[in-house]
Amino acid sequence: MNDETPAGMPASEYGSEFGERLSYLIGLVLALVLTGAAFTLVWMKLLTGGAALAVLGLLAFIQVLVHLRCFLHIDLARSHRDDLKLILFTALILLVMVSGTIWILYDQHLRMMP
Amino acid sequence: MSVSERLHPGVNLGATDPESHEAAEEVVFGFWIFLMSDLVLFAVLFATYAAMSVQGIAGGPAPAEVFDLTAAFVETLLLLLSSFAFGFAMLAMKYRENARSVLAWLLATGVLGAAFVGMELHDYYVMITAHGAPPQASGFLSAYYLLTGTHALHVSSGLVWMVIMAVQIAVFGLNTAVKLRLMRLALFWHMLDVVWIGIFTFVYLFGVVS
Repeated sequence: MNDETPAGMPASEYGSEFGERLSYLIGLVLALVLTGAAFTLVWMKLLTGGAALAVLGLLAFIQVLVHLRCFLHIDLARSHRDDLKLILFTALILLVMVSGTIWILYDQHLRMMP
Repeated sequence: MSVSERLHPGVNLGATDPESHEAAEEVVFGFWIFLMSDLVLFAVLFATYAAMSVQGIAGGPAPAEVFDLTAAFVETLLLLLSSFAFGFAMLAMKYRENARSVLAWLLATGVLGAAFVGMELHDYYVMITAHGAPPQASGFLSAYYLLTGTHALHVSSGLVWMVIMAVQIAVFGLNTAVKLRLMRLALFWHMLDVVWIGIFTFVYLFGVVS
């Protein structure tokens, strides 16, 4: 992805009403597909156990990216790097806190098993 | 700094209203910092839930026994469509400055959001009365109500904020202050939908699968 406009995106994406509407519509369709896939996976029992959890986690991650890109208009262009840095830093904090908490509490849970 | 440049997250006014566009950079970035700290709050609740949903059953009902996936799916659609409607409200504000169509899209957003909150309250009601799963039954359920309740409370305050903005649009019209407030509300609303992705995946779907 280069610094001016993301590859494959028209330069007018944020400059015309049509372009911006298209961005929201693309976001909606992608979000519906990803949500549908996640629920279908569970309803149809296509996968079980760890594989199901991994695929569901991946689908959620992609959907978060779609929402950030199409609804919150976060992209990789240079003119607004601050927003991106803030998101990445928050993501790091989130990762440390959530994985650390789960790790420590699960470990303690195992040790306290009779 | 050219007016066509994007200065902040969300819809940028750009050349349609250069003055408001310049004014937006600082306030929207400040609000963005609030949103990120709000995400940290949700992360802590998610972490608590992740630990509690496995280790905190305490002989009470397990996640798979009390969750209604169909309801969760409908709630997901409601919130997604309401997020989408808010996007169109912002575009009506940016390109046409038409208070009436902004209000119409806001109304659609609000109705969908209210339906979402209503369905969640109904879920709680069914869980408590039919499944014997009130918050005090186990650590898992305490964490569940805390996490989804905090989200529902955020959505509800978004709805109150929306009503206030509708009044402001009617009274003041779409001036710079009103536009900047709507832009921040839009970010808040979209971010709540992002948090909901985490809830429907890690609470409902994970709960039923495992």
